[in-house]
Amino acid sequence: MGDLTRIFVSAALINNFVLAYFVGLCPFFGVSKKVPTALRMGGAVTFVMVLTASAVSFLNAWVLPVAPYLRLISYIVVIASLVQIVEMVVKKTSPALFRALGIYLPLITTNCAILYLALFQYARGYGFFEGLAFALGAGAGFTLALVLMASIRQRSETASVPAIAREMGLAMIIAASLSMAFMGFAGLLSAGA
Amino acid sequence: MTDRTGREVFLRGVWEENPVLVQILGLCPTLAVTNSVENAIAMALATAFVIVGSSALVSLVKDYIPSQVRMSAYILIIATFVTVVDLIMGAVAPAMSKALGAFVPLIVVNCMILGRAEAFASKNRLLPSILDAVGTAAGFSIALLLMGGVRELLGSGTFLGLQVMPHNWEPWVIMILPPGGFLTLGAILMGMSWWWQRGEKKDEAVKPRRWPHGVRAPEERRPEMVA
Amino acid sequence: MSARGRKGPPGAIGSQPSSLLLVGTLGVLSVVAGIAIVLVHGWAQPRIEAHQAAELRQAIEEVLGEPQRYETRWVVDGKLLDSLPAGVDSSAARPVYAGFAADGHMVGYAVPGQKPGYQDVVKLIFGYDPSTRKVLGMKVLESKETPGLGAKITSDSAFIHGFDGALAPIDGVKHPAQDPHQVDMITGATISSTTVITIINRSLEAVGPALGGAHGGEGP
Repeated sequence: MGDLTRIFVSAALINNFVLAYFVGLCPFFGVSKKVPTALRMGGAVTFVMVLTASAVSFLNAWVLPVAPYLRLISYIVVIASLVQIVEMVVKKTSPALFRALGIYLPLITTNCAILYLALFQYARGYGFFEGLAFALGAGAGFTLALVLMASIRQRSETASVPAIAREMGLAMIIAASLSMAFMGFAGLLSAGA
Repeated sequence: MTDRTGREVFLRGVWEENPVLVQILGLCPTLAVTNSVENAIAMALATAFVIVGSSALVSLVKDYIPSQVRMSAYILIIATFVTVVDLIMGAVAPAMSKALGAFVPLIVVNCMILGRAEAFASKNRLLPSILDAVGTAAGFSIALLLMGGVRELLGSGTFLGLQVMPHNWEPWVIMILPPGGFLTLGAILMGMSWWWQRGEKKDEAVKPRRWPHGVRAPEERRPEMVA
Repeated sequence: MSARGRKGPPGAIGSQPSSLLLVGTLGVLSVVAGIAIVLVHGWAQPRIEAHQAAELRQAIEEVLGEPQRYETRWVVDGKLLDSLPAGVDSSAARPVYAGFAADGHMVGYAVPGQKPGYQDVVKLIFGYDPSTRKVLGMKVLESKETPGLGAKITSDSAFIHGFDGALAPIDGVKHPAQDPHQVDMITGATISSTTVITIINRSLEAVGPALGGAHGGEGP
């Protein structure tokens, strides 16, 4: 069980997808203006990540040993289909949730964090449970980064900022400070070992 | 946009609609692999191959693909090109392939490429599509090189591995670490807005984000665009 | 010009194509894509594998002092086996590489190992001679440690060569090493240095007894 915790903490904090690996930046900058939307986006991404991790561990075990060169294409197809299925299920079962998530779900397909998760899970040789812990950690880390970013941006909305730093300039500087803060998590897992 | 000259089509991608610096697309590779100039060049070349190849192919087959499945078809085409690049890189330049790691396969989800396929190549003939793709690739490469150059120079004191800074230069290690990526891009983007706002006082301080022809801003995008 | 999504390519406007056409188009595309990928894969895969094998051989040569040849062995449940027995998952077995000198006598084993370091997982390989319990050499294969600090475990030659001839189990020290069990750690990179030492000690606890020689599993 120690291994699973380690994988979770590493993916969520030390090797945060957004702030250390630079994946999933489009939603990180695109939907981080309000905290509630950031939370919803984080939730949606985490959910799709968990589904993807399960599907990928199945693919890795059964399909890809036969045709390793189709790895990338099969991952893409699986992610795109999963997103589509989730969208349809949510639409049928919970229209309210669908309205809340509506525009975010399709954007997840082109969210590189999901594909990165799949590729990384393979590269590290994670099995089903490790993959699950990894997906949950990565999702939690993504949500945390997104919510932190959104709360800072919400506050800075009314701040007086030089014209050239409005929009992206300021967002980048905030991201840089967050990323620096997250560097402090490095060593978290090795210190006691 | 078809009445534009080839030069205009090309230059638009390089500067006016630079994918990274103006449209803020393809941020992941821009930040992730620019801790050295060498990595930046390799990434720029790989992406250029994929974007030119897929734009050309999309433009050639556009008339045969029903619009309902065009997104899936484009993604399939792009994924094929990326797999090919990934394999070739692993065979020809193993060290490079190791340095870029998962960011080569991640070219697939670089929205810039799908964006050019959908917004331009699917509506234009072969030659303009190639020009448009080459322009976009050039714009992307410029951004990557700028980032890589600044970060390697300040973070390691070198350029392409050659010592440039004086010997007593203490490298700003932070520049080749993740925060340095955000800082550098932030500085470049601020420089860009200074450039755009320079002399145009009548313009509002906050410029609306510029989207390429034919691409809707994400807030107006509808779920149907998914592959 | 924001006609995205509605204005499809010509031929598709106004009419609803049959699903057969849709599936057919994607099918044809997939087949063409598949053929292209298989062709490139057929050309590239042997080269990629050759690179990987060359990389492994070079690492083994480095940590075992240029043996003439090496053989892959497996440690499963504390036993050294010449080949991976059928039915054993490769994740339950640890590979070790036995290096042989030109005259046929065994120089030692190259043992790969890994563990989370300061930032991310550190992977390394080290040479080990079971008869003398000496580490023969160490090479970090993969690490994302902080450039300028922890990353020195891959580049600091004093640190790397400190392992040559060190007696297992190894003890990292901050002052000049005095006893053969001790290795000097890198100033400012204590955690990364400790990670390297811990990987070696833990790997030897796991595979050491199977490799033979005078051994116990006692820690440092």
